Amino acid sequence: MARPFLSTQLRTGLQAPMATAVSILPAQQLATLEGAYRKSVARKRSKAALATAAFCAVLVIAAFGAEVNLRTLFTYFGNFVSYFDRILTLDSGARVWTDPAEWFWGWHKWLKMLGETILISYVGTLTGAVLAFSLNFFAAQNTSPGPWVRFTVRRLLEFARTVPGIVFALIFVIAFGLGPMAGVLAIAIHTTGALGKLFAEIVENADMKPVEGIRSTGASWLSCMRFAVLPQVSAGYASYALLRFEINVREASVMGFVGAGGIGQELVVAIRKFYYSDVSAILITIIVTVFIIDISTGWLRGRLFGKETRR
Amino acid sequence: MSQLPRPDTAELRAKYPGVFDRPASARLAMPTMIAAAFAIFVYGLVDLDFSPTKLISGMSQLGWIAMLMIPPNPGTSFPLYMQALGETLSIALLGTTLAALLALPVSLLAARNIIPSNLIRFPVRRFLDSIRGVDTLIWALVWINVVGLGPFAGVLAIMVSDFGAFGKLFSEAIEAADRKQVEGIRASGGNALHEIRFGLLPQVLPVIAGQVLYFIESNTRSATIIGIVGAGGIGLQLAEQIRVLEWQKVSFLILMILIAVAAIDFISSKLRFAIIGQRAVV
Repeated sequence: MARPFLSTQLRTGLQAPMATAVSILPAQQLATLEGAYRKSVARKRSKAALATAAFCAVLVIAAFGAEVNLRTLFTYFGNFVSYFDRILTLDSGARVWTDPAEWFWGWHKWLKMLGETILISYVGTLTGAVLAFSLNFFAAQNTSPGPWVRFTVRRLLEFARTVPGIVFALIFVIAFGLGPMAGVLAIAIHTTGALGKLFAEIVENADMKPVEGIRSTGASWLSCMRFAVLPQVSAGYASYALLRFEINVREASVMGFVGAGGIGQELVVAIRKFYYSDVSAILITIIVTVFIIDISTGWLRGRLFGKETRR
Repeated sequence: MSQLPRPDTAELRAKYPGVFDRPASARLAMPTMIAAAFAIFVYGLVDLDFSPTKLISGMSQLGWIAMLMIPPNPGTSFPLYMQALGETLSIALLGTTLAALLALPVSLLAARNIIPSNLIRFPVRRFLDSIRGVDTLIWALVWINVVGLGPFAGVLAIMVSDFGAFGKLFSEAIEAADRKQVEGIRASGGNALHEIRFGLLPQVLPVIAGQVLYFIESNTRSATIIGIVGAGGIGLQLAEQIRVLEWQKVSFLILMILIAVAAIDFISSKLRFAIIGQRAVV
């Protein structure tokens, strides 16, 4: 039964190639359809062109605003390339990797500063996380004791989040004096703002049935939070706090620029005083440290929370 | 009152040993971790020269500063600050756009479904990673050495540091794209470029546009701080006023930054929804 059917198919296919296989609409219908297609494409294209033109105009205005000078760029672009050439050259004129001992001559001091950088971000993150933890139940919609409390706490967190950490550091350096303490406090405040918002979002996603259960036994607000909400959200909290620690290590590495401790101090001195090979050595130690921290916190997150890592 | 059946503890214990007799290692894991975290915290406090007297005197200083900040007052330099704010917004916009333009071709090289060979993809990825490992402020310092002080160095700094981030994000967006449309183009006889133009870009561009807008938003924040090292914009004014202790001007500048960031947030979230419709993928 199947064989003759197949052979007729093949024969028709041979006699009239493709044209009969795909049915073609009558010319008139085709013309209207094509016209409509052309029109809709043209409308879309003109819209896109208009948006592009507007964007380009804004860009040109922005270029004047930012004093973009292409001539400067072209004249000095060689400097950018040769800058990397210079930071990879030792004072003696040899390439840095020919003499690692000379290149990393200050490794003892730099490692100590790096340790300080990591400690700054650790203490700052932990303090910020504890503060965010104590505030977030007031900020979340489903657990806040009252709308006014919620509004105030939200605005506070927003403020702490929007003002950049290094601006806090600048102010704290004046209030608390030069040193890592200002950096720790700046990072702690910024972390409170950032984590407070994320924590509150986790709480808002939590299941409210356990809370009802606890409340029906006559428990207070505090007990509701402790026994119904906390067990659901603590894994998410720890995950976000670890992620924040990663970000804060980067942030702490530049806190030294304004005198708030850490390796940034060494780096800014090296850059400003043109100690070229030191710049590359410190940059490499920073990049390697950031890599190691990224990888180890990623591993820790994977170990602690398995597949449901929040990223 | 009806009585609940009295549980047979011994039987339950035998049935669920994991609940009643947890091994000591499992019971002690959490307290040990907390104790270790706390110990490092205390060590950090000592090592970083924290002292209660310093903290208290600093807090009282901070209180004074906060009092001196009220009311925010720009003095006579309001036009100057508006100009600086415009500069900051320009830096963010230009830097992000240039970064996106540069990152698009490179991200194709870093995407697994475009370049299957590890030989090219791996170095490109590591290159992007190491660019991202360096903070924007550091890039700003480097560019100041090259093109001099001013907002142009800020544009270039944002461009370079975002180039690393965009390269990674774009290549992830490309890898997440659907293969079927690309295969459709190939089946109808398109070449490799056609596949990218008609199969891939229509899927990827809205996602990329969303990400670029999001970065313009977050770069408004970054652009405010790169001024602190001398790369133009409102950060320069802020750092100067903090150094000369003009606290009323400082609070005014911070207020300006907050308002500008909120405005950009609002505009870009509207635009993002307009571009990518309701499926807000960022």
